[in-house]
Amino acid sequence: MNAAVFQALWSHWRRHPVQLVTLVLGLALATALWSGVQAINAEARASYGRAAALMGQDQLDRLQTPGGVTLQQYVALRRAGWDLSPVVEGRLLPGLRIVGIDPLSAPPQPALAPLAGDADALAAFVRDGVLLVAPETAAELKGADLPPLRLSADVPPGTAITDIGVAQRLLRTDRISHLLIARSQPSGLAPLESLTALDRVTPDDTSSLAQLTDSFHLNLTAFGLLSFAVGLFIVQSAIGLAFEQRRAAVRTLRALGVSLRRLMLLLAAELAAIALVAAVVGMALGYGIAAALLPGVAGTLRGLYGAQVSGTLSFDPFWAASALVITLLGAAAAGAQALWRVARMPLLAPAQPRAWAMASARAIRVQTAAALCLLFAAAGLALWGGSLMAGFACLAALLVGSALALPMLLLALLRGAARFARGPMAEWLLADARQQVPALSLALMALLLALAANVGVGTMVGSFRTTFVGWLDQRLAPELYLTTRTAEEAAAVTGYLASRSDAVLPNWSVPVTLRGAPAQIYGVVDHATYRENWPLLSSRTDAWDSLAAGNGVLVNEQMARRDRLALGDPLALGDGWTVPVVGIYSDYGNPSAQLIVGMDALAARYPDQPQLRFAVRLAPAAVPGMIAELRQRFDLPADALRDQGAVKAASLRIFDQTFVVTGALNVLTLGVAGFALLTSLLTLSALRLPQVAPVWAMGVAPRRIALTELARTALLAALTWALAVPVGLALAWVLLAVVNVQAFGWRLPMMVFPGGWLWLGFWALTAALLASVWPVWRLLAMPGGHLLRVFANDR
Amino acid sequence: MIARVCTLSFSVAWLCIASIVSAQGFAGLGTGSDGFALPDPDKTFTFPLDHGPHPEFRIEWWYVTATLTGADGQEYGVQWTLFRSALSPEAGTGWQTPQLWMGHAALTSARSHRYAEKLARGGIGQAGVSAAPFEAWIDDWALRSVADAGDPLDAIELHARGADFHYDLSLNADGPLVLQGEQGFSVKSPTGEASHYYSQPFYRVSGTLTLPEGAVAVTGQAWLDREWSSQPLAADQDGWDWLSLQFDDGTRLMGFGLRDGSGTHFTSATWISAEGAATAYGDGALTLEPLEVAEVAGRRVPVRWRVALPARGVTIETTPLNPQAWMGTAFAYWEGPIRFEGSHSGRGYLEMTGYQ
Repeated sequence: MNAAVFQALWSHWRRHPVQLVTLVLGLALATALWSGVQAINAEARASYGRAAALMGQDQLDRLQTPGGVTLQQYVALRRAGWDLSPVVEGRLLPGLRIVGIDPLSAPPQPALAPLAGDADALAAFVRDGVLLVAPETAAELKGADLPPLRLSADVPPGTAITDIGVAQRLLRTDRISHLLIARSQPSGLAPLESLTALDRVTPDDTSSLAQLTDSFHLNLTAFGLLSFAVGLFIVQSAIGLAFEQRRAAVRTLRALGVSLRRLMLLLAAELAAIALVAAVVGMALGYGIAAALLPGVAGTLRGLYGAQVSGTLSFDPFWAASALVITLLGAAAAGAQALWRVARMPLLAPAQPRAWAMASARAIRVQTAAALCLLFAAAGLALWGGSLMAGFACLAALLVGSALALPMLLLALLRGAARFARGPMAEWLLADARQQVPALSLALMALLLALAANVGVGTMVGSFRTTFVGWLDQRLAPELYLTTRTAEEAAAVTGYLASRSDAVLPNWSVPVTLRGAPAQIYGVVDHATYRENWPLLSSRTDAWDSLAAGNGVLVNEQMARRDRLALGDPLALGDGWTVPVVGIYSDYGNPSAQLIVGMDALAARYPDQPQLRFAVRLAPAAVPGMIAELRQRFDLPADALRDQGAVKAASLRIFDQTFVVTGALNVLTLGVAGFALLTSLLTLSALRLPQVAPVWAMGVAPRRIALTELARTALLAALTWALAVPVGLALAWVLLAVVNVQAFGWRLPMMVFPGGWLWLGFWALTAALLASVWPVWRLLAMPGGHLLRVFANDR
Repeated sequence: MIARVCTLSFSVAWLCIASIVSAQGFAGLGTGSDGFALPDPDKTFTFPLDHGPHPEFRIEWWYVTATLTGADGQEYGVQWTLFRSALSPEAGTGWQTPQLWMGHAALTSARSHRYAEKLARGGIGQAGVSAAPFEAWIDDWALRSVADAGDPLDAIELHARGADFHYDLSLNADGPLVLQGEQGFSVKSPTGEASHYYSQPFYRVSGTLTLPEGAVAVTGQAWLDREWSSQPLAADQDGWDWLSLQFDDGTRLMGFGLRDGSGTHFTSATWISAEGAATAYGDGALTLEPLEVAEVAGRRVPVRWRVALPARGVTIETTPLNPQAWMGTAFAYWEGPIRFEGSHSGRGYLEMTGYQ
């Protein structure tokens, strides 16, 4: 009997294949975006895990000190019996992290597998210098002037593991970054504290990459969730329509004696089967989306956080299982209302089709009340939230609240517009639009969310970019940037430049650990380049004088916010070296703390750190000639000299790459919203015949009716767009003033880009019109007899 | 538990280092010598210079074994070894040095066998050997001369530490250095592979062993071996059995047999009078016959031997203090104190390599 009933129910889909495709596609799209984002997040987290686990850095305590550990300190501790392993870390090329290890004392780890069982390989590693890199890193490094590469898939991307001696040579240092402390030590050793003044640091989650990038992944997840919600609108409308159209069949089946319980179970099973198919399609799509977006995400993470993420996706069964579960849950959520209605349907209710979501005025009032509550909550969270989670909660409340308020606002706007309507067709258009709002509300909410997200994210990115470009112009005032290989080369080149340029400014920094987190201290000479251009957010009037005198420090905005530093606060930079904060400067795109002190003060503390990088001031027109001359005279490699334009272009390229993913997700979300509109309109076009038939019967040409239909959809889309703009601006404000500050540590001024809104309006209209073309065409193609029958059958 | 000392040691480095003492034809030891110096039968030893390292040779060791008796009446054995292995025949400085070092230490009693292992690179001061003043060290383990006059090896201090033991011993020589083989040129195979090899077999020992149960004062005897080479094994040899025997009458006997694939020994022995006069015996003079095989660390290892040197009327049978004296280090072998009875009696040390 089950089979017979199931067949009866299933026959609906055979007669309405488009509906079935819509349902599967909607569910698959929702799953795809959600699971795609999850796959990206999982891959990124796996990369962080590998990077953190490299050299046991996620587990082993370490010894370190600002400026680095000397070989003598290391050997002294070894000779005191402590089991330690030295690590030298640094960046060589942009995006290549060098990790130098001593293979004789390094903790066992999979990344070094290529050396295992191969004495010659180990000999080459220790003696000749070999870089162990991931295959994709090797591809990127092709042609670079580096020791021979050897592949190891377990090395994190963007990282090269090499012998400690090779690393010191490449990074031009004689220091050791830190000493890893083996977990088990020989018995009876003198305590470490009594042997050394080095700082013992326990692996700390707060400074780890995973923590740092959490906000980014939360962002992605929010986007995925948004897409999922929008996708579920489609599913909801498709399921609702199907159930509505099957009322007659359900009534007949029940009249024939099929129990309600059995019927419900079969309907649920049917939905589950469809969801299963959709999940598989969705996973395939999601995997494709993730694979396509991952290189962009990797670029973003590298640009924003310096995090290295593999650009290739691996398949994770857990990911597949979670995608399946979320699809089934989504289908259940979307189908619950329809099932509930079947359960509540009186046995002998007339099989009269009616729009399934003809919400009553009361429902809209309740919805509006909920919307108001959410919007108030959003405002409260924005003002008093103070955490990243609060920021995202605020975003969610703002978006959902606005979406819920949409039907009421649309109705109010249409009612207002009705007063200005002239002629019966215009009045009918507005009245009919009003009647359609409840039915289309879900699709329109989806459109609102997509448009608002677009406006919001577009404003955020645009504001960021404008600020960033202005900041780059200030910050990159010097015309030429020079990187030398040795102290001798530096002396020779700067000596040559001294009389041939306006100024040669050392660009010199020392990595340190301040307040438990890594930071970079820069030393600057007293020069107008800094006084006139450096982008200070706030400063004491004598900031540059204090710096020059060695009794002041500038900190970047990130550090000031993180450590709650204000002007005048004392800051300990090392043993017996405490100076007040005299200024705070903006430092976009830098994930970590940075400080600036006077060159002399820094050089006095770190006399043996070579100064190899310089910024040169000279007439812009003289730059190309000078580059050619320096290259030839001092045999400098190609990347040793870069002009201001090249540095700016590179910075902007990184910046733009950062938001590639955001843009792609924006387009996808808008596409999904357009699709939701299409399914809703398709549904309506069949149900709205009773409304259209009288108009046709009164002599209005089908062509005119069709145009009116198009105009109405366009009107609704335009109104939704108009409401989406303020919502998007509110969204942008939350992103810039709340989320950015919490996530990255910098606040950006908000700028508006009305041109972008117009484009978005154009796209919204296009999407809406495209979505209504097919339903309207079906109306046009409908034989008159069909419309006539409406009077016979439905009225 | 004991193996935990090795957790920091890098899982692959051993292959390289292990080649130094490998009796299994590892890593080209039996084949070529890649620019390394070869032992010279006409070499004249110069002390204290030759106590120091010979970086032009591929492998070298400073090897001390001691048979001790505690104030508690228990017998103990102590091993302290520093191995040098060169990737190429030059000293080098800093991290770039091709000289790698490995230390092994063990403390054996009838009930337990504890050991530890250290790896280090030369060139940075973490491990090495200096001839004058004499010191051989790796991390905090050290073999250090405290001799005021005479040969630096006449009086030395010995220290090593593992996860659950450490020891500090003073060694004083009652006799001269002894050159093994033909004036220190020790032949290892019929095809002529050889090493430079000398010993100090006359140490009196006193000191302290520290175990989890507490410290024990000990006294006894010790034996130091110095050996270096570039290709000590022939291609068909896969292990060796080595003994140092200290007879109750003050005589010493060093003997070893290198096993080929068929289990046949290429043997060599040195008879050392109580005054230090050495007589070398070539292949065949000494015979080694396993009497009892025990299961040790999942392998079958002969732990009791009949040792005969008919030319000196020696026929003895050895018994280990602890049959499970397995060095489960990166390069694994059996090494432990023994007692022997028969034509002569006394105590000594047994080392067996190449048992799979």
